[in-house]
Amino acid sequence: MAEINWTALIIFIVLFALITYLGFAAAHWRKGDLDVLNEWGLGGRRFGTVITWFLIGGDLYTAYTFIAVPALAFGAGAIAFFAVPYTVIIYPILFLVFPRLWYVCHKHNYITAGDFVRGRYGNRWLALAITVTGIVATMPYIALQLVGLQVVIGAMGVSGTGYAADLPLIIAFVILAAFTYSSGLRAPASIAIVKDILIYITAFAAVIFIPIQLGGFAKIFAAIPPAKMLLAVPGANTTGSYGVYATLALGSALALFLYPHSLTGILSASSGHAIRRNAAMLPGYSFMLGLLALVGFFAIAAGVGTAPEFAAGFKQFGNNFAIPALFLHSFPSWFVGIAFAAVGIGALVPAAIMSIAAANLYTRNIHREFINQNPTDKEEAQMAKWVSLIVKLGALIFILFVPTPYAIQLQLLGGIWIVQTLPAVLLGVYTRWFNDWALLVGWAVGTGAGTAMAAVMNFTPNYPLAFAGYTFTGYTAFYTVILNLVVAMVLTPLFNTMSGKPVDATVSADYHA
Amino acid sequence: MSEGKTTRSVRQGGWSWWYLLLVIQALAVIWPPFYNKVEPSWIGVPFFYWYQLLWVILGAIFTAIVYFATDSEHR
Repeated sequence: MAEINWTALIIFIVLFALITYLGFAAAHWRKGDLDVLNEWGLGGRRFGTVITWFLIGGDLYTAYTFIAVPALAFGAGAIAFFAVPYTVIIYPILFLVFPRLWYVCHKHNYITAGDFVRGRYGNRWLALAITVTGIVATMPYIALQLVGLQVVIGAMGVSGTGYAADLPLIIAFVILAAFTYSSGLRAPASIAIVKDILIYITAFAAVIFIPIQLGGFAKIFAAIPPAKMLLAVPGANTTGSYGVYATLALGSALALFLYPHSLTGILSASSGHAIRRNAAMLPGYSFMLGLLALVGFFAIAAGVGTAPEFAAGFKQFGNNFAIPALFLHSFPSWFVGIAFAAVGIGALVPAAIMSIAAANLYTRNIHREFINQNPTDKEEAQMAKWVSLIVKLGALIFILFVPTPYAIQLQLLGGIWIVQTLPAVLLGVYTRWFNDWALLVGWAVGTGAGTAMAAVMNFTPNYPLAFAGYTFTGYTAFYTVILNLVVAMVLTPLFNTMSGKPVDATVSADYHA
Repeated sequence: MSEGKTTRSVRQGGWSWWYLLLVIQALAVIWPPFYNKVEPSWIGVPFFYWYQLLWVILGAIFTAIVYFATDSEHR
């Protein structure tokens, strides 16, 4: 690739050093006993509205989002904008459902979705299914964060042969692993503040200065091929791209808060009120995400896809290189350093939270449930710290040895898998009507069908569902969670006649203030 | 009177008519035929794009209204 961009690289390294310091210093922030899982893994549930805003924002809008959404707009056009209706839909869900979940988890000291399901349904196998799904869906998501980091490191011209090529990534990850181990959730919470400020600066610079350079929005949109400008109008007997757009938005929205890292962010809030306030405040990020999708169009208008100096980058990273290329093309080197640091740090925050969430799940719902049922607080917290290291190591190995497209495919499968926990977790917050074994069978059917459908479609996210002469192409996660629900609803009355009285460790008063 | 009643039922997880605002914001963006067109464009941005971005802002305002209307303990 090109020569090393020293100005950008030095600024990148300086900012990285700053957040490394912050990550370790965070152990002393709002000091708590880090030998207790509630403190290490949830920051003691003491984060107020503002910190929660930074943490959930830093958690949900990942580096990969900031690279991949514009990349999709760059490559496929209007369909990438499904991310906007998706973000409009997620906040009502956050507002309505998650304060209830927060109250019940606070009351019973639940740290994971597995804990909640175990208490609500009294079925360790259902809790195990929820737990394994959470861990398996999270792993490729962590790996994808590394892809974001890899792209910006490559774009600064840092390259090498053999193991030397991967060295910067490995260094970044060792730093991440070390401060997560020592500070727990406090580390990403404090770094998220720096990350978000950098991301906002970068996003606003991109949407203000690049259109000026390119001669205004009218000129930019004039450069977009008509096929990418709008969604293709569906033909007869099919919902076509409209159905794809709507189900991608809805299916992703339903899946989002079921991810372990989302729940970790939510449960670390100090009150249910903090979550409700955040539902109204978080769209600040959504707006930025929408603007960033437009940046993919700026990249088309700037013609970076055909510029010879970026050919090698596109060859190595595909469309994910579009945004780094545009920044290199449009910004002075010093600002490229800031923008790339924003993306790089934006990778570390969610990766840290995800590994903590996966560690909490393993520690609480596998180790404590099946291996050592009476750990001391210290043993439990220590176990979680070790598991967080193992999870990150797994993601690193994954990204070094598995080609990137596989990671993306696994992430799509992850969405299909995680949404299958919706009946037990999200509906479980409202009702104990479902039979636990019926939920488990529904989960198995949904997961199996979703995996099979994705495999048939070569691991692309959409499936052309044919029904009565119509074709409804849509997001597999959306279709299979409906199947899952139907199975659970049909089997519930049947299984209820066979099993005894339902157990439930929670009462309805636990679900509100 | 009715204010107190709403608040109590909401805090126990009941339904509030204010939640209709949340339904409206979801419906406004979920079906692309509503907005899959170029005109009317705004400063060169096709309708498809500015309409959806506008709903992010409206959605935030709606959610804030619902928050204040249903929550008696806001400060």
